[in-house]
Amino acid sequence: MSWMAWTQTTAVFFGVIACMLIAMTVWELRCPSTERRGFLPIETSRGDRLFIGLLSSAYIHLMFLGLTELSLWIALAVSAVWLAIVLRWG
Amino acid sequence: MNKTENNKAWLLVLPVFLLVAFSAIIPLMTVVNYSVQDIFDQNSAYFVGAEWYKEVLQDPRLHDSLLRQFIFSGSVLLIEIPLGILVALMMPTRGAMASLSLILLAIPLLIPWNVVGTIWQIFGRADIGLFGWGLNSLGIDYNYASNPMDAWFTVLLMDVWHWTSLVALLCYSGLRAIPEAFYQAARIDRASKWAIFRFIQLPRLKNVLIIGVLLRFMDSFMIYTEPFVLTGGGPGNSTTFLSQTLTQMAIGQFDLGPAAAFSLIYFLIVLLVSWLFFTTITHLDKRK
Repeated sequence: MSWMAWTQTTAVFFGVIACMLIAMTVWELRCPSTERRGFLPIETSRGDRLFIGLLSSAYIHLMFLGLTELSLWIALAVSAVWLAIVLRWG
Repeated sequence: MNKTENNKAWLLVLPVFLLVAFSAIIPLMTVVNYSVQDIFDQNSAYFVGAEWYKEVLQDPRLHDSLLRQFIFSGSVLLIEIPLGILVALMMPTRGAMASLSLILLAIPLLIPWNVVGTIWQIFGRADIGLFGWGLNSLGIDYNYASNPMDAWFTVLLMDVWHWTSLVALLCYSGLRAIPEAFYQAARIDRASKWAIFRFIQLPRLKNVLIIGVLLRFMDSFMIYTEPFVLTGGGPGNSTTFLSQTLTQMAIGQFDLGPAAAFSLIYFLIVLLVSWLFFTTITHLDKRK
Protein backbone atom coordinates (compact mmCIF):
# COMPACT_ATOMS: atom_id res chain seq x y z
CA MET A 1 0.00 0.00 0.00
CA SER A 2 3.01 2.30 0.36
CA TRP A 3 2.93 3.08 -3.37
CA MET A 4 -0.42 4.79 -2.80
CA ALA A 5 1.36 7.39 -0.62
CA TRP A 6 -1.31 7.44 2.10
CA THR A 7 -1.50 10.24 4.62
CA GLN A 8 -3.61 10.36 7.77
CA THR A 9 -5.71 13.22 6.38
CA THR A 10 -6.57 11.47 3.12
CA ALA A 11 -7.26 8.22 5.00
CA VAL A 12 -9.78 10.06 7.21
CA PHE A 13 -11.26 11.75 4.11
CA PHE A 14 -11.85 8.46 2.28
CA GLY A 15 -12.91 6.76 5.51
CA VAL A 16 -15.66 9.37 6.02
CA ILE A 17 -16.85 8.98 2.41
CA ALA A 18 -16.84 5.17 2.73
CA CYS A 19 -18.82 5.41 6.00
CA MET A 20 -21.32 7.75 4.31
CA LEU A 21 -21.78 5.29 1.42
CA ILE A 22 -22.19 2.32 3.80
CA ALA A 23 -24.66 4.25 5.98
CA MET A 24 -26.66 5.34 2.92
CA THR A 25 -26.72 1.75 1.60
CA VAL A 26 -27.99 0.40 4.94
CA TRP A 27 -30.57 3.20 5.17
CA GLU A 28 -31.70 2.50 1.60
CA LEU A 29 -32.05 -1.25 2.30
CA ARG A 30 -34.04 -0.67 5.48
CA CYS A 31 -36.19 2.11 4.13
CA PRO A 32 -36.00 2.50 0.33
CA SER A 33 -36.27 6.09 -0.88
CA THR A 34 -38.57 7.35 -3.59
CA GLU A 35 -37.69 10.23 -5.87
CA ARG A 36 -39.18 13.54 -4.80
CA ARG A 37 -39.00 17.20 -5.67
CA GLY A 38 -37.51 19.64 -3.16
CA PHE A 39 -35.90 23.02 -3.78
CA LEU A 40 -33.61 21.52 -6.44
CA PRO A 41 -35.06 21.86 -9.95
CA ILE A 42 -35.16 18.08 -10.52
CA GLU A 43 -36.65 15.04 -8.85
CA THR A 44 -33.97 13.40 -6.74
CA SER A 45 -33.47 10.25 -4.71
CA ARG A 46 -31.49 10.19 -1.47
CA GLY A 47 -28.33 9.01 -3.31
CA ASP A 48 -28.70 11.80 -5.90
CA ARG A 49 -28.88 14.38 -3.12
CA LEU A 50 -25.77 12.95 -1.43
CA PHE A 51 -23.88 13.13 -4.75
CA ILE A 52 -25.07 16.71 -5.40
CA GLY A 53 -24.15 17.67 -1.83
CA LEU A 54 -20.67 16.13 -2.05
CA LEU A 55 -19.91 17.57 -5.50
CA SER A 56 -21.03 21.05 -4.48
CA SER A 57 -19.01 20.70 -1.25
CA ALA A 58 -15.90 20.08 -3.36
CA TYR A 59 -16.61 23.30 -5.27
CA ILE A 60 -17.23 25.20 -2.01
CA HIS A 61 -13.77 24.11 -0.82
CA LEU A 62 -12.18 25.13 -4.12
CA MET A 63 -13.89 28.53 -3.95
CA PHE A 64 -12.57 29.08 -0.44
CA LEU A 65 -9.06 28.13 -1.57
CA GLY A 66 -9.05 30.12 -4.78
CA LEU A 67 -10.93 33.26 -3.77
CA THR A 68 -10.34 33.75 -0.05
CA GLU A 69 -7.66 33.43 2.60
CA LEU A 70 -10.13 31.94 5.10
CA SER A 71 -9.47 28.66 6.87
CA LEU A 72 -10.66 25.46 5.23
CA TRP A 73 -12.38 24.53 8.50
CA ILE A 74 -14.93 27.25 7.69
CA ALA A 75 -15.37 25.73 4.21
CA LEU A 76 -15.87 22.33 5.86
CA ALA A 77 -18.50 23.74 8.23
CA VAL A 78 -20.32 25.52 5.38
CA SER A 79 -20.19 22.28 3.33
CA ALA A 80 -21.55 20.18 6.19
CA VAL A 81 -24.48 22.59 6.66
CA TRP A 82 -25.07 22.69 2.90
CA LEU A 83 -24.96 18.86 2.66
CA ALA A 84 -27.51 18.58 5.47
CA ILE A 85 -29.80 21.13 3.77
CA VAL A 86 -29.57 19.35 0.40
CA LEU A 87 -30.22 15.93 1.97
CA ARG A 88 -33.22 17.19 3.94
CA TRP A 89 -34.88 19.73 1.67
CA GLY A 90 -33.21 19.29 -1.73
CA MET B 1 -45.31 -7.44 -15.84
CA ASN B 2 -44.06 -8.60 -12.46
CA LYS B 3 -40.36 -8.17 -11.80
CA THR B 4 -38.64 -10.81 -9.71
CA GLU B 5 -36.22 -9.61 -7.06
CA ASN B 6 -32.98 -11.54 -7.17
CA ASN B 7 -30.03 -10.18 -5.26
CA LYS B 8 -27.72 -12.83 -6.73
CA ALA B 9 -27.41 -10.48 -9.71
CA TRP B 10 -25.12 -8.33 -7.59
CA LEU B 11 -22.58 -11.16 -7.58
CA LEU B 12 -22.46 -11.00 -11.37
CA VAL B 13 -21.67 -7.29 -11.16
CA LEU B 14 -18.82 -7.92 -8.73
CA PRO B 15 -16.09 -8.64 -11.35
CA VAL B 16 -16.87 -5.36 -13.11
CA PHE B 17 -16.81 -3.53 -9.79
CA LEU B 18 -13.38 -5.00 -8.96
CA LEU B 19 -12.09 -4.11 -12.41
CA VAL B 20 -13.30 -0.51 -12.06
CA ALA B 21 -11.81 -0.37 -8.57
CA PHE B 22 -8.38 -1.34 -9.86
CA SER B 23 -8.50 0.72 -13.05
CA ALA B 24 -10.18 3.89 -11.76
CA ILE B 25 -10.95 4.17 -8.06
CA ILE B 26 -7.56 3.14 -6.61
CA PRO B 27 -5.53 5.32 -9.05
CA LEU B 28 -7.88 8.23 -8.27
CA MET B 29 -7.35 7.73 -4.54
CA THR B 30 -3.59 7.71 -5.15
CA VAL B 31 -3.88 11.02 -7.01
CA VAL B 32 -5.76 12.48 -4.02
CA ASN B 33 -2.93 11.27 -1.75
CA TYR B 34 -0.30 12.82 -4.04
CA SER B 35 -2.15 16.13 -4.18
CA VAL B 36 -1.56 16.87 -0.49
CA GLN B 37 2.15 16.00 -0.45
CA ASP B 38 5.40 17.35 -1.77
CA ILE B 39 6.94 14.31 -3.40
CA PHE B 40 10.66 14.16 -4.17
CA ASP B 41 11.02 10.43 -4.69
CA GLN B 42 9.33 7.25 -3.51
CA ASN B 43 10.81 7.51 -0.02
CA SER B 44 10.54 11.22 0.69
CA ALA B 45 7.13 12.84 0.67
CA TYR B 46 6.05 15.73 2.92
CA PHE B 47 2.52 16.63 3.85
CA VAL B 48 1.65 20.15 2.64
CA GLY B 49 -2.14 20.22 3.12
CA ALA B 50 -4.08 22.23 0.55
CA GLU B 51 -1.07 24.27 -0.57
CA TRP B 52 -0.92 22.79 -4.08
CA TYR B 53 -4.62 23.44 -4.63
CA LYS B 54 -4.15 27.08 -3.62
CA GLU B 55 -1.12 27.41 -5.86
CA VAL B 56 -2.81 25.76 -8.84
CA LEU B 57 -6.06 27.71 -8.42
CA GLN B 58 -4.14 30.99 -8.41
CA ASP B 59 -1.82 29.97 -11.25
CA PRO B 60 -2.38 32.17 -14.34
CA ARG B 61 -1.21 29.23 -16.48
CA LEU B 62 -4.23 27.20 -15.35
CA HIS B 63 -6.60 30.15 -15.84
CA ASP B 64 -5.30 30.73 -19.38
CA SER B 65 -5.44 27.09 -20.44
CA LEU B 66 -8.88 26.66 -18.84
CA LEU B 67 -10.15 29.68 -20.78
CA ARG B 68 -8.60 28.35 -24.00
CA GLN B 69 -10.12 24.94 -23.29
CA PHE B 70 -13.64 26.35 -22.86
CA ILE B 71 -13.28 28.50 -26.00
CA PHE B 72 -12.05 25.47 -27.94
CA SER B 73 -14.78 23.09 -26.69
CA GLY B 74 -17.46 25.78 -27.22
CA SER B 75 -16.26 26.44 -30.78
CA VAL B 76 -16.10 22.72 -31.52
CA LEU B 77 -19.72 22.26 -30.40
CA LEU B 78 -20.94 25.39 -32.23
CA ILE B 79 -19.41 24.19 -35.49
CA GLU B 80 -19.67 20.40 -35.36
CA ILE B 81 -23.24 19.99 -34.11
CA PRO B 82 -25.01 22.13 -36.78
CA LEU B 83 -22.62 20.87 -39.46
CA GLY B 84 -23.20 17.24 -38.45
CA ILE B 85 -26.99 17.75 -38.62
CA LEU B 86 -26.65 19.40 -42.05
CA VAL B 87 -24.48 16.55 -43.39
CA ALA B 88 -26.91 13.94 -42.02
CA LEU B 89 -29.87 15.73 -43.67
CA MET B 90 -28.07 15.83 -47.00
CA MET B 91 -26.97 12.19 -46.99
CA PRO B 92 -28.70 9.78 -49.38
CA THR B 93 -31.16 7.52 -47.61
CA ARG B 94 -30.92 4.34 -49.68
CA GLY B 95 -28.93 2.59 -52.37
CA ALA B 96 -25.21 2.31 -53.02
CA MET B 97 -24.63 6.03 -52.45
CA ALA B 98 -25.93 5.71 -48.87
CA SER B 99 -23.40 2.95 -48.12
CA LEU B 100 -20.61 4.87 -49.84
CA SER B 101 -21.31 8.05 -47.87
CA LEU B 102 -21.41 6.08 -44.61
CA ILE B 103 -17.98 4.58 -45.39
CA LEU B 104 -16.55 7.97 -46.37
CA LEU B 105 -17.85 9.53 -43.17
CA ALA B 106 -16.42 6.73 -41.03
CA ILE B 107 -12.88 7.07 -42.43
CA PRO B 108 -11.75 10.10 -40.33
CA LEU B 109 -13.02 8.35 -37.19
CA LEU B 110 -10.76 5.37 -37.84
CA ILE B 111 -7.55 7.37 -38.03
CA PRO B 112 -5.49 7.49 -34.80
CA TRP B 113 -5.13 10.88 -33.12
CA ASN B 114 -1.41 11.28 -33.65
CA VAL B 115 -1.77 10.38 -37.34
CA VAL B 116 -4.48 13.06 -37.69
CA GLY B 117 -2.07 15.56 -36.14
CA THR B 118 0.71 14.53 -38.51
CA ILE B 119 -1.59 14.67 -41.55
CA TRP B 120 -2.63 18.25 -40.74
CA GLN B 121 0.89 19.26 -39.78
CA ILE B 122 2.05 18.41 -43.29
CA PHE B 123 -1.19 19.48 -45.01
CA GLY B 124 -0.97 22.95 -43.44
CA ARG B 125 2.67 23.63 -44.27
CA ALA B 126 3.22 26.44 -46.73
CA ASP B 127 6.14 24.75 -48.49
CA ILE B 128 5.00 21.14 -48.96
CA GLY B 129 1.37 21.03 -47.73
CA LEU B 130 -1.47 21.45 -50.20
CA PHE B 131 -3.66 23.44 -47.79
CA GLY B 132 -0.95 25.85 -46.62
CA TRP B 133 0.50 26.24 -50.09
CA GLY B 134 -2.99 26.80 -51.57
CA LEU B 135 -3.88 29.55 -49.09
CA ASN B 136 -0.55 31.30 -49.61
CA SER B 137 -0.98 31.05 -53.38
CA LEU B 138 -4.33 32.83 -53.01
CA GLY B 139 -2.48 35.67 -51.30
CA ILE B 140 -3.56 34.76 -47.76
CA ASP B 141 -0.63 34.99 -45.38
CA TYR B 142 -1.06 31.67 -43.55
CA ASN B 143 1.46 30.08 -41.21
CA TYR B 144 0.17 28.01 -38.30
CA ALA B 145 3.63 27.74 -36.76
CA SER B 146 4.06 31.49 -36.21
CA ASN B 147 0.58 33.05 -36.17
CA PRO B 148 -1.68 32.18 -33.19
CA MET B 149 -4.88 32.85 -35.16
CA ASP B 150 -3.75 30.51 -37.94
CA ALA B 151 -2.79 27.89 -35.35
CA TRP B 152 -6.26 28.11 -33.76
CA PHE B 153 -7.92 27.98 -37.17
CA THR B 154 -5.93 24.84 -38.09
CA VAL B 155 -6.55 23.07 -34.77
CA LEU B 156 -10.29 23.78 -35.05
CA LEU B 157 -10.41 22.74 -38.70
CA MET B 158 -8.56 19.53 -37.84
CA ASP B 159 -11.04 18.71 -35.08
CA VAL B 160 -14.01 19.51 -37.33
CA TRP B 161 -12.53 17.25 -40.03
CA HIS B 162 -11.90 14.46 -37.54
CA TRP B 163 -15.11 14.48 -35.51
CA THR B 164 -18.01 16.03 -37.45
CA SER B 165 -18.56 12.56 -38.93
CA LEU B 166 -19.44 11.22 -35.50
CA VAL B 167 -22.22 13.80 -35.06
CA ALA B 168 -23.37 13.21 -38.65
CA LEU B 169 -23.52 9.42 -38.17
CA LEU B 170 -25.42 9.78 -34.89
CA CYS B 171 -27.91 12.17 -36.51
CA TYR B 172 -28.20 9.93 -39.58
CA SER B 173 -29.19 6.97 -37.39
CA GLY B 174 -31.64 9.22 -35.52
CA LEU B 175 -33.20 10.42 -38.79
CA ARG B 176 -33.54 6.86 -40.12
CA ALA B 177 -35.48 5.92 -36.97
CA ILE B 178 -38.28 8.42 -37.76
CA PRO B 179 -41.30 6.46 -39.11
CA GLU B 180 -42.40 7.31 -42.66
CA ALA B 181 -45.91 8.08 -41.36
CA PHE B 182 -44.62 11.33 -39.84
CA TYR B 183 -43.42 12.54 -43.25
CA GLN B 184 -46.67 11.41 -44.91
CA ALA B 185 -48.66 13.45 -42.39
CA ALA B 186 -46.39 16.44 -43.03
CA ARG B 187 -46.92 16.11 -46.81
CA ILE B 188 -50.72 16.02 -46.33
CA ASP B 189 -50.40 19.23 -44.30
CA ARG B 190 -48.17 20.68 -47.04
CA ALA B 191 -45.48 21.38 -44.49
CA SER B 192 -42.38 23.17 -45.74
CA LYS B 193 -38.94 21.56 -45.51
CA TRP B 194 -38.12 23.90 -42.64
CA ALA B 195 -41.34 22.99 -40.80
CA ILE B 196 -40.55 19.27 -41.23
CA PHE B 197 -37.08 19.87 -39.81
CA ARG B 198 -38.27 22.09 -36.98
CA PHE B 199 -41.29 20.08 -35.83
CA ILE B 200 -40.49 16.48 -36.82
CA GLN B 201 -36.79 15.87 -37.31
CA LEU B 202 -35.23 18.12 -34.69
CA PRO B 203 -37.44 16.97 -31.76
CA ARG B 204 -36.81 13.35 -32.76
CA LEU B 205 -33.06 13.99 -32.87
CA LYS B 206 -33.01 15.42 -29.37
CA ASN B 207 -31.64 12.32 -27.63
CA VAL B 208 -28.92 11.52 -30.17
CA LEU B 209 -27.94 15.19 -30.16
CA ILE B 210 -27.55 15.20 -26.38
CA ILE B 211 -25.30 12.13 -26.68
CA GLY B 212 -23.40 13.82 -29.52
CA VAL B 213 -22.93 17.03 -27.52
CA LEU B 214 -21.79 15.05 -24.48
CA LEU B 215 -19.29 12.95 -26.45
CA ARG B 216 -17.91 15.92 -28.34
CA PHE B 217 -17.66 18.05 -25.22
CA MET B 218 -15.86 15.35 -23.24
CA ASP B 219 -13.49 14.48 -26.07
CA SER B 220 -12.67 18.07 -26.96
CA PHE B 221 -12.26 18.98 -23.30
CA MET B 222 -9.63 16.28 -22.91
CA ILE B 223 -7.90 16.86 -26.25
CA TYR B 224 -4.16 16.33 -26.15
CA THR B 225 -2.51 14.42 -28.97
CA GLU B 226 -3.74 16.28 -32.05
CA PRO B 227 -2.76 19.86 -31.06
CA PHE B 228 0.43 18.52 -29.44
CA VAL B 229 1.52 16.90 -32.71
CA LEU B 230 0.28 19.78 -34.88
CA THR B 231 1.48 22.87 -33.02
CA GLY B 232 3.15 21.56 -29.85
CA GLY B 233 0.90 24.01 -27.98
CA GLY B 234 2.36 26.99 -29.79
CA PRO B 235 3.07 29.53 -31.08
CA GLY B 236 3.90 30.60 -27.52
CA ASN B 237 1.17 28.97 -25.43
CA SER B 238 -1.67 29.92 -27.75
CA THR B 239 -2.89 26.35 -28.38
CA THR B 240 -1.84 24.81 -25.07
CA PHE B 241 -4.94 23.20 -23.63
CA LEU B 242 -5.55 21.74 -20.17
CA SER B 243 -4.16 18.24 -20.82
CA GLN B 244 -0.95 19.62 -22.22
CA THR B 245 -0.45 22.02 -19.32
CA LEU B 246 -1.02 19.08 -16.98
CA THR B 247 1.44 16.85 -18.83
CA GLN B 248 4.08 19.58 -18.81
CA MET B 249 3.62 19.92 -15.06
CA ALA B 250 3.62 16.18 -14.25
CA ILE B 251 6.15 14.77 -16.70
CA GLY B 252 8.11 17.82 -17.89
CA GLN B 253 8.75 19.38 -14.48
CA PHE B 254 8.00 16.28 -12.34
CA ASP B 255 5.84 18.44 -10.04
CA LEU B 256 3.67 15.50 -8.97
CA GLY B 257 1.89 17.29 -6.12
CA PRO B 258 0.65 20.33 -8.10
CA ALA B 259 -0.08 18.09 -11.10
CA ALA B 260 -2.23 15.82 -8.88
CA ALA B 261 -4.12 18.84 -7.51
CA PHE B 262 -4.56 20.13 -11.08
CA SER B 263 -5.85 16.68 -12.20
CA LEU B 264 -8.45 16.62 -9.46
CA ILE B 265 -9.72 20.11 -10.32
CA TYR B 266 -9.85 19.01 -13.98
CA PHE B 267 -11.71 15.84 -12.91
CA LEU B 268 -14.24 17.88 -10.89
CA ILE B 269 -14.99 20.09 -13.91
CA VAL B 270 -15.47 17.03 -16.14
CA LEU B 271 -17.59 15.33 -13.45
CA LEU B 272 -19.85 18.38 -13.08
CA VAL B 273 -20.41 18.78 -16.82
CA SER B 274 -21.00 15.03 -17.32
CA TRP B 275 -23.46 14.97 -14.46
CA LEU B 276 -25.34 17.95 -15.91
CA PHE B 277 -25.60 16.22 -19.28
CA PHE B 278 -26.55 12.88 -17.69
CA THR B 279 -29.26 14.54 -15.60
CA THR B 280 -30.60 16.37 -18.65
CA ILE B 281 -30.81 13.12 -20.63
CA THR B 282 -32.48 11.10 -17.87
CA HIS B 283 -34.96 13.86 -17.04
CA LEU B 284 -35.89 14.33 -20.69
CA ASP B 285 -36.64 10.60 -20.85
CA LYS B 286 -38.72 10.78 -17.68
CA ARG B 287 -40.81 13.63 -19.01
CA LYS B 288 -41.71 11.48 -22.01
